[in-house]
Amino acid sequence: MARALATLLALALVAAAAGYVLALPRTLPAAAVAGLAGDAARGERVFHAGGCAGCHAAPGAEGEARLVLSGGREFATPFGRFVAPNISPDPVRGIGGWTLAAFANALLRGVGPDGRHYYPAFPYTTYARMALADVADLRAFMATLPPSAEPSRPHALGFPFTIRLGLGLWKRLYLDPAWVVGGALSAAETRGRYLAEALGHCGECHTPRDALGGAVRSRWLAGAPNPAGEGRIPDITPARLTGSADEIAAYLETGLTPGFDSAGGHMAEMIKSLSALPPGDRAALAAYLKRVPPSR
Amino acid sequence: MTTLRTAAAVAAAIAALGLTAAAANPTVENAIHARQAQMDLHAFNLGILGAMAQGKAPYDAATAQAAADNLVLLSGLSATLHWLPGSDNATAADTRALPAIWANLADFAAKYAAFGDGARAMQAAAGGGLDAVKAAMGGLGGACGACHQTYRAPE
Repeated sequence: MARALATLLALALVAAAAGYVLALPRTLPAAAVAGLAGDAARGERVFHAGGCAGCHAAPGAEGEARLVLSGGREFATPFGRFVAPNISPDPVRGIGGWTLAAFANALLRGVGPDGRHYYPAFPYTTYARMALADVADLRAFMATLPPSAEPSRPHALGFPFTIRLGLGLWKRLYLDPAWVVGGALSAAETRGRYLAEALGHCGECHTPRDALGGAVRSRWLAGAPNPAGEGRIPDITPARLTGSADEIAAYLETGLTPGFDSAGGHMAEMIKSLSALPPGDRAALAAYLKRVPPSR
Repeated sequence: MTTLRTAAAVAAAIAALGLTAAAANPTVENAIHARQAQMDLHAFNLGILGAMAQGKAPYDAATAQAAADNLVLLSGLSATLHWLPGSDNATAADTRALPAIWANLADFAAKYAAFGDGARAMQAAAGGGLDAVKAAMGGLGGACGACHQTYRAPE
């Protein structure tokens, strides 16, 4: 009896240890960003394509104020309330003191400079697909933006979501940098896939999530309940998005649908970012959306 | 200044209506229909201008002017009757109007007034050539989007 108990205890300890090891943050190899200088001009395009300002600008910020990434916008989710942090170049309150490696680990691995897991409200499951050269360019551009001394506020989450180590196991299940849309793609479709799946994070809202909050890849962009409450985020696969590629590109620039309704909710924020891209990038996004498998 | 006064008047009128509208619950559904019809008219007339701006239809000064004039008229409709308290999407069916409208009536009215400003700018521009229409389109579409961003639920 005692022996069985001891065995059970030993097994439990081994399982716990294995779980702990599996849950540990996995950072990029130190050499991954070596030699990357970063070009601020190129980084501006990455910044707009990634929609950084949509979450990290102060709530209600318009125009130039959207470049002050002081954070503070709140996101109500089934797991609790997340608050976007200050990612301005302020060395104390922002991320001005970070190395490029720290910046890359945050974006691609969802790991902070202190080694803690980030919550996937920060869409690193998307940014995990970014090219490291774009990461360096983005950092160079963000370093040119105005610093803000606004302190970041803590998230308000319920137990057990307060235990960040659990996110390590979550990442084992859902942090998958493989492309969602495969097959032979044209140059424009490939660029569009990069913009949508690695930067624009369309899937974060438009793809339904399972009970653990992971994206259901088989229902990519097929529409989902609005995480913030009432209503649904629309299906944007070709099953629902029946307009021409030109019409989709026009929407991404102006926020106006072919029927001249206008984008609302968080999409209106995203349009502000996408409208700052070169026209070819919006055309590429439209070409990609035409290649997404239709929902059924 | 006129805009501000209009906004304040609209906000006050909607707030005053709140005292009586609870008893008028049967008209909530009709009010929702009525304002959705107004939105359709916005979209129809904006669409005429937008099709020209996007090169999908040839520019025609008279048509553009008529559409812009319509938008100005629409922006002058009193909003108070259409936005009954209790006609939000948490209370009523078949609407995407968020309760935040009634919690921020002054801001809602200011955003509605901004649509009027955008429509008047388009009215002044519409007969002046395609480039003028394109230039006015951003402000007008932006006014629609600004209100929808804050006060309309996704689908």
